[in-house]
Amino acid sequence: MARISRGFQGRRPQVEPDRVPPGQYVTRDFPVLSAGPTPRTPLDKWTFAIRGAVEKPVSWSWEEFVALPSETFTVDIHCVTKWSKLDTTWTGVSLDTLLEQAEPKAKFVLASCDGGYTTNVPIADLVGGRAWIAYEYDGEPLEPEHGGPARLLVPHLYFWKSAKWVRGIELHDYDEPGFWERYGYHNYGDPWKEQRYWND
Amino acid sequence: MERLNLRGPAVVWRYGTVTALIDESPHAKTIELDVPGWPGHAAGQHVDLRLTADDGYQTQRSYSIASAPEDSIFALTVERIDDGEVSPYLTEELRAGDELELRGPVGGHFTWRVDDGGPLLLIAGGSGLVPLMAMLRHRAARSSELDARLLVSARSLDDVLYRDELETRAATDGFLLHRTLTREPPVGWTGFARRIDAEMLRTVGPVPTARPRIFVCGPTAFVERADDLLIELGHDPTTIRSERFGPTGG
Repeated sequence: MARISRGFQGRRPQVEPDRVPPGQYVTRDFPVLSAGPTPRTPLDKWTFAIRGAVEKPVSWSWEEFVALPSETFTVDIHCVTKWSKLDTTWTGVSLDTLLEQAEPKAKFVLASCDGGYTTNVPIADLVGGRAWIAYEYDGEPLEPEHGGPARLLVPHLYFWKSAKWVRGIELHDYDEPGFWERYGYHNYGDPWKEQRYWND
Repeated sequence: MERLNLRGPAVVWRYGTVTALIDESPHAKTIELDVPGWPGHAAGQHVDLRLTADDGYQTQRSYSIASAPEDSIFALTVERIDDGEVSPYLTEELRAGDELELRGPVGGHFTWRVDDGGPLLLIAGGSGLVPLMAMLRHRAARSSELDARLLVSARSLDDVLYRDELETRAATDGFLLHRTLTREPPVGWTGFARRIDAEMLRTVGPVPTARPRIFVCGPTAFVERADDLLIELGHDPTTIRSERFGPTGG
């Protein structure tokens, strides 16, 4: 049992406690976490590609991408830097829709982004209506500092897995750690198990 | 094998004892800690703090390490956010002799070691100076003479963290110190007195062809602006490492 911090009162979250993973606090802001400058890719240069171990490598232009069937959904997001934001509303294309066209042949995914960021996610976590490529937040185009024009969204994992400025995913037979995963963050990142760092 | 090296030691909870609290500005304090078993860190890294109330309620926040890896005293600097849950406790309630639960070091990207080389360009907005100060202290501890430049943006001179130490170090450690005061420059102030802009960054230098290692830390809007300006000036985006923070109730 942790020792008491003398004189610390703290605030209890004003939401159902079972919506807040251990060690997280609820914020109404939308903080920004990125490791470098915000890339600004013009939409006419933007593509999203699925490559690697797939039957049919596929790539969409921006126009083609936003013409795909989209979903608007409301989810809670949890950042490893401790903030959680509840009831965030996004619009994007489900990974189920995208992967259906590519026909994956492997279990592991490495997402890659403008600016060089990468993150790894098992394909099992990207299917079943649990992951999207989102391009709107709260009914507006996703702002560059929050990952626009489009970002991966895997809300059941810590938010670093929801790669900003995503440009493609590559399927692999092996699990390749991404950017933060190589710097000591957890390979999987389940907020409910508080998997922040590699030894958690 | 490189992956293992990047990963660092296991990140486990430990208790540190507060040995001193030092006022750095009207809103910020340095917390000096004795942390038995601390595995060491690189300049630029941070720790997670965990506070526990008497009913078992816990909350966590991250704070940058202010001390150099070589320093005998381990220190954090915390800026008070008025409506925060944790920073008012750390800056007002905490006393010498109290225990703090923490784990780290964490974050391996926003780090600089003398062996990484220079030139070094550090750009701080407000308390974004903390991890950059660790880099300057590390440079001094290693007696490095690498070209280093620091630009600090603050509202007033009183808001500049480590104000005296910066002036002393700039003279003795040989780095270029630039300050810009965005709201209340004192009478006779000879530094910058405006929000950062391209002209200011050009004056601070070095030129993009020198390929400085650039670290930018501060509030989100500050970092976005600084990064965009640096790229406009011709700096390679891959040479810029950024750390952003927002008023998130810390």
